[in-house]
Amino acid sequence: MLIKKIAKHTAMLTMAAAVSMSASSTYADSVNYIIPFGPGGESDISARIQQSFYKEKFGDDLVISYKPGGGGAAGWASLNGLNGDGQTIMGVNLPHIVIKPAQKDVGFTTDGIHTFYMFHYTPDAIVVVADSPYQTLQDLIDDAKSKPGGVVMSGSGKASANNLAQIKFDKMADINTTYVSFKGTGASTAALLGEQVTAQWGYTSVGAKQGSAVRMLAVAMEDRHPLFPNVPTFKELGFDMVGGAYRGIALPSSASAETVTTWSNRIGEINADPAFRQKMINGGFALLDIDASQMAEFMKERSTEYLMDARAAGLIK
Amino acid sequence: MDFGNFLAALTPLNLAVAMFGVVAGTLIGSIPGLTATMAVAVLVPISFGMAPETALILLGAIYTGAIYGGAYAAILLNTPGTPSAIATTFDGYPLAKRGKGDLAVAIACFSSVFGGLVGAFALLFLAPPLASVALAFGPVEYFWLSIFGLSLIASLSQGNLMMGLAGGALGMIMSTVGVAEISADIRLTFGSQTMISGFEVVGAMIGLYCIPVLIDMCSTGEKHLKITGEVAKMPILSAARITFNSKFNLIRSSIIGTLVGILPGAGGSVAGLVAYTEAKRTAKPHQRFGEGEPDGIIATESANNATVGGGFIPTLVLGIPGTPPDAVILGALMVQGVRTGPELFQSNGSIVYTFIYGLLIATILMLPIGLIIGRYAYKSIVTIPKAVLVPTVGFMTIIGTYAIRNSISDVVVMLCLGVFGWLISKYGFSASPIVLGLILGPIAEQGFVQAWTIGAAVNNLPGMFFGRPLSQAIIAFTLISLVLPWYLSRKTQNKADA
Repeated sequence: MLIKKIAKHTAMLTMAAAVSMSASSTYADSVNYIIPFGPGGESDISARIQQSFYKEKFGDDLVISYKPGGGGAAGWASLNGLNGDGQTIMGVNLPHIVIKPAQKDVGFTTDGIHTFYMFHYTPDAIVVVADSPYQTLQDLIDDAKSKPGGVVMSGSGKASANNLAQIKFDKMADINTTYVSFKGTGASTAALLGEQVTAQWGYTSVGAKQGSAVRMLAVAMEDRHPLFPNVPTFKELGFDMVGGAYRGIALPSSASAETVTTWSNRIGEINADPAFRQKMINGGFALLDIDASQMAEFMKERSTEYLMDARAAGLIK
Repeated sequence: MDFGNFLAALTPLNLAVAMFGVVAGTLIGSIPGLTATMAVAVLVPISFGMAPETALILLGAIYTGAIYGGAYAAILLNTPGTPSAIATTFDGYPLAKRGKGDLAVAIACFSSVFGGLVGAFALLFLAPPLASVALAFGPVEYFWLSIFGLSLIASLSQGNLMMGLAGGALGMIMSTVGVAEISADIRLTFGSQTMISGFEVVGAMIGLYCIPVLIDMCSTGEKHLKITGEVAKMPILSAARITFNSKFNLIRSSIIGTLVGILPGAGGSVAGLVAYTEAKRTAKPHQRFGEGEPDGIIATESANNATVGGGFIPTLVLGIPGTPPDAVILGALMVQGVRTGPELFQSNGSIVYTFIYGLLIATILMLPIGLIIGRYAYKSIVTIPKAVLVPTVGFMTIIGTYAIRNSISDVVVMLCLGVFGWLISKYGFSASPIVLGLILGPIAEQGFVQAWTIGAAVNNLPGMFFGRPLSQAIIAFTLISLVLPWYLSRKTQNKADA
């Protein structure tokens, strides 16, 4: 009987704990880190990598919760209504926060999001399967020239980093490829591996995951990625393309200048940790250190480029 | 795959972790709204301090437990605890209404364990060849598969085909609200920012299934589930007998579950529904599906647990998550510093095989744990007075709906849909076609748009849609499942007329 009682109470406690953990996920001194997407994506994974280093360096828990919906819009629209005491931060993604408000009224504006640090990006890359006839980027360009529209490339999302990269590269190389939007990088990679498409607009993280099953033709970085010393950059090949899906963190607009500086320094400290850097590099990410003081300039530069490309392609008015 | 990995899975720590995972998963999964994905995501941080294989065993055990736990609410409250348990409500709840809730819960446990084992064995022995199945499925195959899924509405809505189709159409329209997943268009929001997020499937499901039950509970004075005079002495033994007498159904449903689990983006809800329909299609004359037929529970529950092992196949072999919880588990592995993807099996074979054995052990542990928790779940639902039960369940639906996206508007939508669902149920409409439309609508739309884009690019649209052998097979299946019941019923009618 006693055992029964204990079992019953343990069960109820676990339930209560589970409910409260998932529902509120804020306890004393812990920081609520909201990801405006569902769990399991690259925004979640990079936040999870930060999580353990944060605890180690600053002692408090970094509790990750999710507020997906509307391709991130639901989260960002709610950001400035949250408490600005520094106990709540939210993940921010580019080009999303530039493109979404330009499409329609989505409840937030690009300037209304107070990003205090951009800590990494997944560089754009053209990926083909290992036994693809394309050995080099030039092979793909030649093929695309011989059959306009006939080279089909998968990518994650419309008006997304992948899509904007495709538009930009097509213009630079003077080719015309067909872009097929998939729901997420996983689905777009599956389409590549199953040879449903000719090539993929993916990221270096696809190359990191798929290893010898795929070949990257070029990556959109300033210098080669440490994990792929043999893959050329677009720049080396004569195309001035550097970029990808950028990820950063924002505070509610009510946060004080002091809170912003504290947070900017904390994330900078994690970013400087060699063990953190190695983990990120192994995942195919590229680290970035745009802190609060450099943010305005960085955002202006990226926004101008995104909006120009998206407008030229008719993705926004 | 040597014996050492099996022994590694049997360390006391790994066993304890597997046991804890199954218990926690079952409990979380039993609460409507707290899905398997949520269960895994909430408990990921616990796994950080563990060795990779132990972490994997924990997360796999939580996942499989949560899929099983979803059956409790489905059977006892007519509310799928997770989307995978939608079809469990069809016969589970009627069986519980007849006073055999404990039998239904035990049948669900045996079926879940069997299905889980089939999926895990497929993962152990057939992973690489089955992973290529996942890749053979292109956009057009997903399109036809979802059409096949929608055709199930016809067989699910006995007699009321028009009502079923209307519900399915409504669900598909609802699925288009908000930001379109692959075209990024913002649709049918009527200028409301709340609707940009669209309808959340699990929240909508809780509203449509659970709220009507709660309203009905309040409107009658009777007990929620009556206990019949003849209480079975050994419900567990008779459940085991019933379950294993349906050998053919068990095996077929487990294979369906494994195969659907392999396809990224399909998931347990589709697997359960397909297995249920197949069981119903091949029913013997005395079986009455929809009125408490044990085979309906057996089919759904074995299929949805088989998707666990099936879903791990593309996840571990290709680095492409088979189901949403797999995506979370892959992420946790990356944080651990384990390289995922095709090289995982070669470079970290011992981690992978220890995990697979751990998953097998967790599945077996689910048998005693599931039976015990199941009995408590049944007893508490039956004995708790309505005045306590209704507010408790009502509270959980709100918490559960809120927790999915931390969104209060989802709760409002859930409650509105609940009242709507209650009203239409008085006119004979059922919730399932709406939910089916809501789940399958986006898969159909994405597949169609992608297949059309690719087909147009290679100048061969007819070939894209009708020329691929796999598509042709799915189309043939759809036609058979649509035409055969109609043909058979005409034939018997002709006989009766003559």
